[in-house]
Amino acid sequence: MSQPESALAEAQGGGRAPESLAALAERHGLRRAIARPSMPAYLRQLWDRRHFILTYATSRNVSKYSESMLGQLWQVLTPLLNAAVYWLMFGVILGQSKQIDNYPAFLITGVMVFTFTQRTVISGAKSISSNLSLIRALHFPRAALPLAYTIQELQQLGYSMAVLVLLVLVTGEPVSWLWLLIPVVLIMQLVFNIGTGMFMARLGAFMRDMNQLLPFITRTWLYASGVFYAIDERTKDLPDFLRWALEFNPAAAYIEFMRDLLIYQRFPERWAWVTCLFWAVFALIVGFWYFWRAEERYGRG
Amino acid sequence: MAELTKELSQVAPQTSETQNHETQNPKAGTPTVIVDDLHIVYKVYGSAGDAEKGNAASALMRILRRQGRPQMKEVHAVKGVSFVAHHGDAIGIIGRNGSGKSTLLRAIAGLLPPHKGAVYTNGQPSLLGVNAALMKELTGERNIILGCYAMGMTPSEVREKYDEIVDFSGIGDFVQFPMSTYSSGMGARLRFAISSAKTHDVLLIDEALATGDRDFKKKSQQRIKQMRDAAGTVFLVAHNLDVIEETCNRVIWLHKGKIRMEGDPQEVLEAYNKA
Repeated sequence: MSQPESALAEAQGGGRAPESLAALAERHGLRRAIARPSMPAYLRQLWDRRHFILTYATSRNVSKYSESMLGQLWQVLTPLLNAAVYWLMFGVILGQSKQIDNYPAFLITGVMVFTFTQRTVISGAKSISSNLSLIRALHFPRAALPLAYTIQELQQLGYSMAVLVLLVLVTGEPVSWLWLLIPVVLIMQLVFNIGTGMFMARLGAFMRDMNQLLPFITRTWLYASGVFYAIDERTKDLPDFLRWALEFNPAAAYIEFMRDLLIYQRFPERWAWVTCLFWAVFALIVGFWYFWRAEERYGRG
Repeated sequence: MAELTKELSQVAPQTSETQNHETQNPKAGTPTVIVDDLHIVYKVYGSAGDAEKGNAASALMRILRRQGRPQMKEVHAVKGVSFVAHHGDAIGIIGRNGSGKSTLLRAIAGLLPPHKGAVYTNGQPSLLGVNAALMKELTGERNIILGCYAMGMTPSEVREKYDEIVDFSGIGDFVQFPMSTYSSGMGARLRFAISSAKTHDVLLIDEALATGDRDFKKKSQQRIKQMRDAAGTVFLVAHNLDVIEETCNRVIWLHKGKIRMEGDPQEVLEAYNKA
């Protein structure tokens, strides 16, 4: 209360009746600017901003490769090169390809599916902290940012999936009616990624060391997710609960589901469906709620 | 916030009607923005002092001693500011660098939460600053669309405004090129054209008129005058005092986060120039 008297004096000097500014505001129906909207209102605002979210995602994808000579081609090259490196490491040098049939297809499916989630986690963590100036300049539901980043990754996944399907065909797997289920597993993974992206966005916004820590976390996750090896094969001699823990891992679940469809031509088992669905719903609800709780605090510095 | 705006726009006509019965002069006296003993404190992550620069051992010691990061400073940018803005006001905010002008604007826009005190507004004040949403690698065309969506326009509004924005910015065929190829003046013109394409109840302008040639300056001043007539209240932060004198009917002089002087532009500017 350093200056309220002078404020009042100013208000009176302007020819108004002596009343507090708060009362004056109330009389004219003015409201405080900052408030977190209710969840339904927030969802409606987010829906109103769908064009911004899509345009922002596309624009980021276009501008990302605009400086490089090969341009948009990198969207295909990056996952391919990644798979090539892993194939050299694990398939040739460590000799996994002798134990697993059609190892190239096995490996690249794992890499592509895992990369989708990994990239969403990493970019989600940056979505708030690298857009502070935007947050401090314009009004919009902040969830639009992690959402746009996830959609940007989805657009990139489009290219990767085309490469993946092509490679699976080249390695000699037949086309199957099960492939019609590919969009279903991708949607489940997308929903999981949206929720995780939002969760990471809040973490990254307030824990600035997160970006330094994340590469290690995602790499550990990568090694635990059965991208290079078959989990059931490796855990044969280990206690059951360890295998369950590894198979309950969402990334592993989405990878196994995709391999069932693409390579093994078998309808995924019930536990796979349950795990994939559970993680999608759980991540979305928890991630969105967690992000929304801090809505008015983003960008405060 | 859109929710709030909707509600308020429903409420607003009623209040102005009741005002009609009470007084002869309906809108002129109605406050649009009330700032009540506003304090803004924010944290900055500055660079470390010379003593600690890049020294991992000292960083570890700090963690062990449970001292926070020394780089993290609290800045008390606005210290107890109060004023009332009315319909039809164009308020210029002046002051030295770091006097809290931009912070005050952000707080009015509802983008910085008050540490103490409050900002009461009618509708949603908007900061004229779409710059942050634009990407310099993209063409002017894409940036116009992106900027309009960022301000919350619908696709039909964007189509409607697109030609107008290109015309007003006067960049012509350059709209097909990436913004990184623009001269600084062209970039500034396009940014102003995009951000002023939307109509606002309360408009906050931060140094938007600093760049551009004479013609464009005149055009943008006209645009501000239009917005003032249409909308109600305009806040303008500028170092260019001529612009403030020509556009504003009231001036607030901020000094170290407090109001040093407030009132008629000529008087305040005179005192400011002497100080």
